[in-house]
This record gives sequence, C-alpha cells and structure tokens, in this order.
Amino acid sequence: MLRRIAHFIKTYTLWELLKGLSVTGRALFRRKVTVQFPEQRTPISPRFRGKHALRRYPNGEERCIACKLCEAVCPANAITIESEQREDGSRRTTVYDIDMFKCIYCGFCEEACPVDAIVETNVFDYHFENAADRVMTKDLLLKMGDKHEKQIAEDREVDSQYR
Amino acid sequence: MTDWVFELLLLFLPDWLALSVLYLLIALMIIMPVMLCVAYLTYAERKVIGYMQVRIGPNRVGMKGLLQPIADAVKLLFKEIIVPTESNRYLFVLAPVLAIAPAVAVWAVMPFDDGLVVADLNIGLLYVVAVGSIGIYGAIMAGWASNSKYAFLGAVRIAAQAIAYEIAMALTMVSVIIVSNTLNLSNIVQQQNGGIWMWNFVPLFPMFVVYFISSVAETNRAPFDVAEGESEIVAGFHVEYAGMSFAVFFLAEYAMMIFLTMLASVLFLGGWHSPFDGTPLESIFSFIPGIFWLISKTALLLFMYLWLRATFPRYRYDQIMRLGWKVFIPITLLWIFVVAGMNYYEVKPWF
Repeated sequence: MLRRIAHFIKTYTLWELLKGLSVTGRALFRRKVTVQFPEQRTPISPRFRGKHALRRYPNGEERCIACKLCEAVCPANAITIESEQREDGSRRTTVYDIDMFKCIYCGFCEEACPVDAIVETNVFDYHFENAADRVMTKDLLLKMGDKHEKQIAEDREVDSQYR
Repeated sequence: MTDWVFELLLLFLPDWLALSVLYLLIALMIIMPVMLCVAYLTYAERKVIGYMQVRIGPNRVGMKGLLQPIADAVKLLFKEIIVPTESNRYLFVLAPVLAIAPAVAVWAVMPFDDGLVVADLNIGLLYVVAVGSIGIYGAIMAGWASNSKYAFLGAVRIAAQAIAYEIAMALTMVSVIIVSNTLNLSNIVQQQNGGIWMWNFVPLFPMFVVYFISSVAETNRAPFDVAEGESEIVAGFHVEYAGMSFAVFFLAEYAMMIFLTMLASVLFLGGWHSPFDGTPLESIFSFIPGIFWLISKTALLLFMYLWLRATFPRYRYDQIMRLGWKVFIPITLLWIFVVAGMNYYEVKPWF
C-alpha cells in the first residue's frame, strides 16, 4: 500500500522526468571535449593506415621490385601491377595503380612487401573531385612517398621494435 | 503611431489602399521579428542540445556560428522543390500555405505590452484555439497529397495526437478563463498584476504543467514527435517536401512553438508584468519595458522545450494517447472543478 502511494506521488510529481532533466542540465555546463578538426588534430598512432605511398632508397632508386605480393594479398583487388625488365637488368614496375574506391585500408600490402616499398602514411584527409581521380598511379604514389618520407621513416622506426 | 502612419499614407494613396498598406505594414512588423526569432530558435536549439550532449554545436559560419540560420535559409531557398509525380499537385502545394497561415494569424491577438496588440479581440483566447488548430489541416493535407505511406502515417498520427491534446489544452484555458473572467488576452494579463503570487500559475499550477506538456505535444516536439519520428516513418507528413516548401512547414512549426510558449507566459506567467512587482525591488526594475519581461519568460519556456528534447526518448504511440486521454483530460476536468470551487468561495487573493 505504502509503495503504491509512493509510486502515485512519484508519478504525479514527475520525479523520474525531473531526474532525467537534471542529468542533461548538468551536462549543459560540463567542459566540452570537441576537437576543432582542421585546426586541431588528435594524435595519430604510428601504425595508422591512411593514404598509400611508394618509398625510395636513400640513393633515389625506387624500392618496388614488382614482386606482385601486394597485388596477390590485396583482399579488395585494388592493386594492379605490370612489370618489365629495365635496361640495367633489374625488374621494375611500369604500372602500379591503386583504386582508392576499392581499397579497404587493411594494410596487408604493406605487411606483404619484402622491400618496404608500398606503405600507408598517416594522411587520412584527402579528396577527389572526379571519379577518375580515384586511381593512384605510380607517379602519384612515388610523389606521395617523396613528400612524406620523413614521417613514414619515423613511424616505421617507432613501430619496428614491436615487429 | 498607426494614426500618424495612416495620415502619411493618405497623402498619396486612396483611403482603401492606404488602409490595406497600413495593415500590411502592421502584419510585417509582427511577422518579420517572428521569422527572425524562428531562425535563431533553430540556432539556439542546435546549440543547447549540443551543449547538453557535451558537444559545441554550430560554430563555423560567422562568429560563434551566429550566421548558421542565415546560411541554412539561403540553402533551402536555392534547393529545388520536388513535386512527386503521383501526388495530388494542388493539395501538395496548398498544404504548406495552410500550415503557415494560422501560425502567423494567431499572432494578431498576442498582447506584447500594455496596449501593444494588433487586434484587441474580446474573444482573443477563443480565436487562438480556433485558428491555431487549423494548422493541423496543413499537415493532414500534406500527408494525403504526398501519396506516400510514410507521409500518410505521419498525417494520421498528427491528427489523432492533435485532437487528444487540443482538448486538454482547451480545458486548461477554461480554468484560466474561470480565474480571470475574460477571454481578452490583454485583460487576462492585466488581471494578474500586483506581484508574482498573483500570476495564474500559482492557483493553476497543475494546469500550467498540463498546458506546457500539451503544447509540446501540439507542436509535435520531442518527446511527442511520433508524427515526424525519424527512426520510424522517416520524417512523417513532410517526407516528400524539399527546399522552401519544407522550410514553410518548419517555419510554421517553430512559429507555433514560439506562439504557444508566449501564450503560456500570457495565460500563466503574468505576461508583461515584472516578477518584482509588489516587492521592494519594484521601483529599481520599473524602467524595463514590459515586453522585455514577456520575451524573457517566453525564452525561458522555449529553453524548457529544448531541454525536454535533449533529455527524453520518444514516447510510444499508445503511451501518447494514454497520457492525453486518460491522464491529462481527467486531471484538467478535476482541476476545473477545484478552480470553480475556489472561485465560488472567493479564495483570496486570486478571486
């Protein structure tokens, strides 16, 4: 009986609703933790898998030897490679395309690469304006690698002790 | 002041045209600020709800995001208005008009300050109830004309909900009428002068709560927004509307929201009267115009609307009906008898 009276009073004084309101009311004054994205960025792990790049050796020679392991391991079939023998006798790619629409950023290509040529950088904010731009060609990948080489090397250095 | 403008207009217009222009100007003087308030209410809504969800809300367009509503309005203006092929074209276009017209027309009887009212109707409150409920036809018509099942479901829900809560709301107004013995909104406010304890919400507190919750349900605001229920029926009766035709529904809803809260301040919270009347502080605050108090009371109630929306999950449909028919209507009927009894025995100081 007493419980029913208590329930009745609670119902008609909107007790539970007021409790709910007090929760949101307190949240109104809580410190906001929003990150203002383009100006502020959250820290990124050295293992972050973003936009792809092809690396070079310090002497400027491209690392990729067209072994096609990345093409084979790629679960989304995003990578297309064609190769030829260069005049000096070494195997090199003529075509190295990554379809960025197909890519799922799993990082298997980087894991499979025996010469650490294809890597995923920590660049995650980029866009295309035409659907045709989605294909990262060898030129673009190498350019990306040249531009971010310092960051790529640093991240690999930090992560190397866990590999 | 209207006389002076009228004289000026008569100098170069025939009198019938001068009168039309004068009324048009008066109407614009109400509608323009209301529309501006609607725009910034959406901004306030996004900010308040954002803050309650420990976010920041819009802060990119202009200083602190203050130009966000302008940007939204411009975007909506430039969007294409799509009329579905299978829809009833004429009703489809007519529906938004029918939704916004009453939401604007009700403002005619709103007393902003002592004597500051467009039409000082003796049946002001009746006019509000009569005209205000026409807005539902716009929604029903939109749902029917769209020829879409979600829109239709939304329209059916809104109709049932509006009927349920309009009764409770009208009954709360009856209790106000018993207290103040008049239907004239200006007189209702004048009756509440003499201090905060004279305001109608003191003898009618349960009525005030019922009125407020009913007005939330009337305007289809969360937690009573089943008619729009994004997660169930996409957007309810206005799914098929795009661009400006959608914006008109939006304006109507928000204009009605502002109106109903302002009406709540007029009916229950003493309208333009200062809360410091009858206390030693009265003379200190007497320089503040009455409209300031009315607007701040309205703003407070609107904040409650946003607070409710940020807090509560949506009611289930049968719960809404139960609350309307089985809880609010009996409570209001009971309290009308209580108020009538208080009136009969002339309980001081209200009667």
